Amino acid sequence: MVDFWFFIEVLVGGLLSGTMYSLVALGFVLIYKASSVFNFAQGAMVFFAVLSFVGFMELGLPFWAALPVAVGVMVLVGMATERFVLRPLVSQSEDTLLMATIGLAFVIEGVAQLAWGVDVRRLDLGIRDEPINWVMDTTGMLISQLDITAAVVAGVMVVALALLFSYTKVGRGLRAVADDHAAALSIGIPLKHIWMLVWATAGIVALVAGMLWGARSGVQFALVWVALKALPVLIIGGFTSVPGVIIAGLIVGAVEKVAEVYIGPFFGGGIEGWAPYMLAVFFLLIRPEGLFGEKIIRRV
Amino acid sequence: MFYREAGQFRTSYAQDSQIFPLRQDRIGMVILLIAAVMLPFVANAYWLSAILIPWLVLSLVALGQNILMGYAGQLSLGSAGFMAVGAFACYNLILRIEGIPFVVAVALSGVCAALVGIVFGLPSLRIRGLYLAVATLASQFFIVWALDKFPWFKNYDPAGVITAQPIIMFGHNFASPREKYWVVLAIVVVLTLLAKNMARGSVGRGWMAVRDMDVAAEVMGLSLLRTKLQAFAISSFYCGVGGALFAFAYLQTVEPSAFAIDLSFRILFMVIIGGLGTIMGSFLGAGFILLMPIFLNIFFHSVFGKSVDATITSALEQVIFGVIIIVFLIFEPLGFARLWQLTKERLRLWPFSH
Amino acid sequence: MTIAVQSSILQSAQRAFAFGPPILALDSISLRFGGVQALTNISFNVLEHEIRAIIGPNGAGKSSMLNVINGIYTPQEGSVTFRGERLSEMTPTHAAHLGIARTFQNIALFRGMSVLDNIMAGRNLRMHATFLEVALQLPRARREESENRAVVEEIIEFLEIEHIRKVPVSRLPYGLQKRVELGRALAAEPTVLLLDEPMAGMNIEEKQDMCRFILDVNDHYGTTVVLIEHDMGVVMDISDRVVVLDYGKKIGDGTPDEVRSNQDVIDAYLGVAH
Repeated sequence: MVDFWFFIEVLVGGLLSGTMYSLVALGFVLIYKASSVFNFAQGAMVFFAVLSFVGFMELGLPFWAALPVAVGVMVLVGMATERFVLRPLVSQSEDTLLMATIGLAFVIEGVAQLAWGVDVRRLDLGIRDEPINWVMDTTGMLISQLDITAAVVAGVMVVALALLFSYTKVGRGLRAVADDHAAALSIGIPLKHIWMLVWATAGIVALVAGMLWGARSGVQFALVWVALKALPVLIIGGFTSVPGVIIAGLIVGAVEKVAEVYIGPFFGGGIEGWAPYMLAVFFLLIRPEGLFGEKIIRRV
Repeated sequence: MFYREAGQFRTSYAQDSQIFPLRQDRIGMVILLIAAVMLPFVANAYWLSAILIPWLVLSLVALGQNILMGYAGQLSLGSAGFMAVGAFACYNLILRIEGIPFVVAVALSGVCAALVGIVFGLPSLRIRGLYLAVATLASQFFIVWALDKFPWFKNYDPAGVITAQPIIMFGHNFASPREKYWVVLAIVVVLTLLAKNMARGSVGRGWMAVRDMDVAAEVMGLSLLRTKLQAFAISSFYCGVGGALFAFAYLQTVEPSAFAIDLSFRILFMVIIGGLGTIMGSFLGAGFILLMPIFLNIFFHSVFGKSVDATITSALEQVIFGVIIIVFLIFEPLGFARLWQLTKERLRLWPFSH
Repeated sequence: MTIAVQSSILQSAQRAFAFGPPILALDSISLRFGGVQALTNISFNVLEHEIRAIIGPNGAGKSSMLNVINGIYTPQEGSVTFRGERLSEMTPTHAAHLGIARTFQNIALFRGMSVLDNIMAGRNLRMHATFLEVALQLPRARREESENRAVVEEIIEFLEIEHIRKVPVSRLPYGLQKRVELGRALAAEPTVLLLDEPMAGMNIEEKQDMCRFILDVNDHYGTTVVLIEHDMGVVMDISDRVVVLDYGKKIGDGTPDEVRSNQDVIDAYLGVAH
């Protein structure tokens, strides 16, 4: 009986950390849906967002003032990216754009460290990374308050964004822009405003994701590599699907934790470093467009 | 007016397909090679060990990456992983096979890396672009993890590192930086020549066909399976040899984490900045990435008069590399190699402008 | 708009290569993509050494038909027979080995390579040197390179593109790119040449040149040609027989004159509902 509850604990822990991956992946999906560009720099942006937030607080700004300032910074970063990286390369191949965003990732990481230094910072959100007492008492499972909060926040954001995309005028505009810029312009969709909105949203998502991750493990450079984990999530879920990102995040988180806990000890641990990627490869071979993505047909 | 083609006629197809059709280029290359061989007599040990040897070695790895990414168009983020295979294979071969000549061990390590490369290259038959990049990430993380977790690879070393054995060939121990440099130079020159031949011949055409339009390539009878796997194999071979040289001629003490993902990204940058799909680009890119930290240091020294914190220089490096990649991708996607080519074209007409 | 093709070949009573037996036979081909029926029950044959045109309004399924012959698409029903041998499944690589070469509607040249390299790539099936031989420049590799280069140079001369042989194809104007693509297909020394709108977007002079090349290839080497073409004048002048497709169905099959006076064909082109 103890084993069963332990398994559930591990599973739930994995699912919850999976929602955190989903949150990071959500930023990718947003940018991709709006511009058909895969923004490899999203992880760097998560890092920069939360680092700026913490940095502004250190400079004296209170919590609730630092938030919008950090979001403002992310919007600026987004606009600069669109203006100086994406727009000049608008007609280039996907691979070229991908490489450009890899370069962008390094620029943002470098700037983040130049601006705010390399010290690890603690982020206190008032929610402690401690087990919920009544759960622990009844079932013996250790489930962190922080993890649950993160899951709830992620869930709320995803639902909100899904609704935004499907049911509002703005959301439709976003989808139109993603499909065909010129056509969208020609029917009067204000491209600049749409871009700003997309980057602001992606920036907010990045900030929230960064704050939750930072509260859990400290605001440090390693966050950038964590963001790489969002890639398997995107592949399994499909690049264009918001619900897909949630499901895939859950899968990746769960598989990663379970593999680490049950198989890891045979090898001395570290399975979670590569298991999600192997899982993604497996998915790619049987279902390349992901669980919820759109099938890609190439015309000859 | 010195660098021109006038008066040089090529009277056979064989002549036209030479690597250096212009006499000036041939002479230039010979001079370069002689200079390279003579270098240890003028350069000090620091330059040899800390700059020239890593430059040659990383150029070789960048060459491998270029074969896969530049010529065959397969996006890969796993080059450091294949380097690791080469390094550890070489160590184990020399350890377990009595009296094996260094060059043979290096060649066999390359083959090991090639085999691993074929296995991890199999997904390329079904996926491409970003998806393939993620699959290569899988290989990168898995390989480094496996080398770390199975102590056999490190011969059960308690510190978790391997210490490269001496380079012994024909009964001679190539111990000094000078001798190591010559060994590396010889290997790199030979492999570069082979790569150049392949790139210019039917093999390279096959790769570029698959890169540019794989459906049309298939229609012409090219086997996508063979071509892609061949690219992975040859590319991994080069990375593996590079990895072995990296360990034996440069680092000496090596742990698996020396071949972590950030090294793969550095190699990627070398190839992009140097010029995708060119041989020369690998050398130019590697040189640029290696020398930038040194230039930054010198710059700060002379401008600010004191040494700057290493974290600041490394952060600045990152920004500079990233900016250069973006700038190059926008204005000159073929990198330094193309700039060099344009300069040569200018020289051909100099002092006229067109 | 019709153009007159000056060619002595048409006027001569003697064909250099008399029509042979059917080299290609398509039997009851049906092709579906999800819910879209691209081809329905198409049957026709192509005689050896003839020039067969496939015509029809846009969207009639002509390119899909070529893709089936070539093995790029696999039909749900029906079969392709080559030289009397019924093929259960055709793949592009197999088609290449059988001697079927093709060009594409939207130019499928290798953009990163020069004209010469593109056409040399077409010689792929005849170059057997392994990568090691190429790397070490062993005699077989060197000999192959020179021999195949000689053949490719003949093609370059034939197509009158010597002056651009080292130019990267991405820098060439559209008409020349199409010519290079033809050269690449010819490099394979094919028995059957599938041309998908080889003259699209060309002006009159370019079209005349292209027609001349196609006729010369058919006359000199006996290459069977199947071509998709929209210019009626070209079709009427250079093809021996014509297949007419509309909405994925065959509505005409015969000599140009027969097809021209076929009421169904006229209706299809004029857009009469039927």
